[in-house]
Amino acid sequence: MSITLSLVLEQTLNGLQYGVMLFLMAAGLTLVFGIMNLVNLAHGSLYMVGAYLATAFTEKTGSFVLGVALALPATLLVGVLVEVVALRTLYERDHLDQVLATFGLILFFNELVAIIWGRAAIFTSVPRFLSGHFRILPGLPYPTYRAVIILIGVAVAVLLWVLVTRTRLGMRIRAGASNRTMISALGVDIRLLYTLVFGLGAALAGLAGAMAGPIYSVQPGMGEGILIQVFVVIVIGGIGSIRGAIVGAIVVGMADTLGRAFLKPLLATVISPPAADKAGPALASMSIYLLMAAVLFFRPEGLFPARGCS
Amino acid sequence: MADALLAIRGLSKRFGGLLASDRIDLDVARGETHAIIGPNGAGKTTLISQLAGDLRPDAGSIRFADQDVTRLDAPHRARRGLARSFQVTSIFRDFSALDNVALAVQAHTGQSFRFWRAARAEPALREPARAALEAVGLGGRAHVRAANLAHGEQRQLEIAMALATEPRLLLLDEPVAGMGLEESQRMVRFLATLKRRITIVLVEHDMDAVFTLADRISVMVYGRIIATGTPPEVRGNEDVRRAYLGEDQA
Amino acid sequence: MTISRRTIALAAGGVLLALVPPVAALTNQPFYVDLFRRVMIFALAAVSLDLILGYGGMVSFGHAAYLGIGAYAVGIPAFYGVDNGWLQWGLAIAASALAATVIGAISLRTSGVSFIMITLAFAQMLYYLGISLETYGGDNGMRLSGRSRFGGPLDLREPAIFYYVVLAILVLFLALGNRLVASRFGMVIRAAKSNEPRARAIGFSLFRYKLTAFVIAGGAGGLAGALLANQTEYLTPDFMHWTRSGEIMFMVILGGMGTLFGPVIGAVVLLLLEDVLSALTAHWQIILGPILILVVLFAKRGLFGLLVGAEPRDG
Repeated sequence: MSITLSLVLEQTLNGLQYGVMLFLMAAGLTLVFGIMNLVNLAHGSLYMVGAYLATAFTEKTGSFVLGVALALPATLLVGVLVEVVALRTLYERDHLDQVLATFGLILFFNELVAIIWGRAAIFTSVPRFLSGHFRILPGLPYPTYRAVIILIGVAVAVLLWVLVTRTRLGMRIRAGASNRTMISALGVDIRLLYTLVFGLGAALAGLAGAMAGPIYSVQPGMGEGILIQVFVVIVIGGIGSIRGAIVGAIVVGMADTLGRAFLKPLLATVISPPAADKAGPALASMSIYLLMAAVLFFRPEGLFPARGCS
Repeated sequence: MADALLAIRGLSKRFGGLLASDRIDLDVARGETHAIIGPNGAGKTTLISQLAGDLRPDAGSIRFADQDVTRLDAPHRARRGLARSFQVTSIFRDFSALDNVALAVQAHTGQSFRFWRAARAEPALREPARAALEAVGLGGRAHVRAANLAHGEQRQLEIAMALATEPRLLLLDEPVAGMGLEESQRMVRFLATLKRRITIVLVEHDMDAVFTLADRISVMVYGRIIATGTPPEVRGNEDVRRAYLGEDQA
Repeated sequence: MTISRRTIALAAGGVLLALVPPVAALTNQPFYVDLFRRVMIFALAAVSLDLILGYGGMVSFGHAAYLGIGAYAVGIPAFYGVDNGWLQWGLAIAASALAATVIGAISLRTSGVSFIMITLAFAQMLYYLGISLETYGGDNGMRLSGRSRFGGPLDLREPAIFYYVVLAILVLFLALGNRLVASRFGMVIRAAKSNEPRARAIGFSLFRYKLTAFVIAGGAGGLAGALLANQTEYLTPDFMHWTRSGEIMFMVILGGMGTLFGPVIGAVVLLLLEDVLSALTAHWQIILGPILILVVLFAKRGLFGLLVGAEPRDG
């Protein structure tokens, strides 16, 4: 494989697309942590639930758009349910309790999904109207579906930005993130705010899952791999910061995608091709963790440590 | 000042738009008890945190015992003889009072990479700890879990821990805050017994305590020291009256 | 001096574990030797985690990484025909201690939730590294050509002998751990857990103490991994899977954090529970998940606390 400019461009876009998915996950997780001080491992389960629901609704309605549109409020509902039943009692607990309890939730959701839809991976296809390619530059076609994901991600990021910085609700969210006692002193119904924020995060995770369906396989446990990468995103970006989530997601998405695509051929120019064949994939799968270690070494608080100032 | 134990020059710390420490110069002589007073938000605790090493100043220097300690972290400063109490009582709540002080002795006497011998059976740790507890009047409470001590006792315990490290300089952040009248008088009497033996920097709102204990007083307002002098000098200072003491009389 | 409930419970536990092989032989149920050996191996991992989690307050969510490193330290030499147990197990301890040094040196620069996420991420990194090692089976892992050899009567192929080796290691580690947490070093890491600013203010530079504890726990985790590879005669990257780290952590909480002996009970109960539930239904995790949540919410003191009452506080 030789490295051409168009290949680099294509992989860069793929990296951006993966970064967008990571961002959709990271935004909810980092808000929930910044505001409720809750570490929610089960965030990946909401991603999985979103993917399954979108698949099921798409099959029922025969329309992908309708399927995704229905999956969003449904995932939001599941999120709210989880928050009210299980997580609400955990806000005042320490992180260890939160980690373990939400770990229990993951086991529960994985098994529930397996009971309803079976353990086998479900492969869905990209809807026909999005299945083509379009030309970004002359001679550089790019899958329409992935491009749409990028656009949706950017739109969500902008919407979130407006929501957090320009609206009343956003003001409360920011106040809640920086000072919990103050916001309850202002007379805001804190429980409702928490539920709302959690539901919002759940819907975003559901959106990521719904869009992931046609690209990756839908199966029990699918949320965990991405969840851990999202942790890397948040740690790199700085916990509780939306801006950090955006930057971290793009960085991690790029590093992971470009590493998988180019580390092997790049290594082959330095060491022998058979050795590069072995070391390339190993290094690529470790690249984002090494990146995280490097960031932490210089900035233990992440790139944007201003907690709650988004 | 030639024989200053603590010499602060040009110390500055900014939090966003707030100058919490504004080019502070301050000398504390060996054996002196130096009080820092000022209205809430004047930057007293920020100053203490920078002296203790918990907060790094943006500019300026701190010399302690003729050495520049500006860039040393809190544990290193503690090992050089700089002990502190916190504004909000800070103790090892789930250990006994004796354990608390024994830990301080252990921190002071060095070697902690010992893995075998039971620390609670070491007279070298327990005896000095017991003595320090006796000194602050907690001798009878040695085996009580620190969390179960009364508030005043917890503050005494904090002082005992500080003393157990045999400090040259004691930083006290509001040692009588939250105490009843009798408790705080007892604490002031005890602190008076430390005078001369140990150099003390004292941040306190209780003016009785300040004027009883302090050899000199510095007045802080908006991150700056506006006056330093003996208690009568400070009492008579016009600027101080206007900026601070005046509030009480108005 | 009266004998405390704690001493009685510990003695009874030790005797019960020692009795498993003869009872299994008498009742012709060799399966139980296998099961309890596995339980004790995980107990070793859980106890080592308790050292840093329960005593040091370091919520490491990547402890399974050391299980994996220890297992590969047995498997890779065996792959090249080196089956000397001293060498393999020594390598397991050394390699996992080294990994813990690197992971700890970076992770301990942070605290709180970052620390949880970073230890998890590092374990995941090693998991992916294991998957990419095609020579050693990659994703599928590889079969061990045989158990570690020590020569003489120490023949691990003999189930009961292997069982008592594991029991001896566990008891030895518990005894060492028991000394450790009461030593000067132990007091420092416990003080760090109790109140870090205070511990720093009296002069403890905590990083090196925490890192040392982290490395000790990692080394013991690696030894557990070497034992686990021998137990299953198989190794796979799954040893390092993050759910495994979660399980080990759950054993510690279930048995009782900061009790050292509690995690042994936690390992026994969790693995037996898994055994019973999985015999009941293929979807046993849908029951285990909520049990886990309930334990966290309502039984935080752990089983050891229920068994022996409050820990005596001397001092």
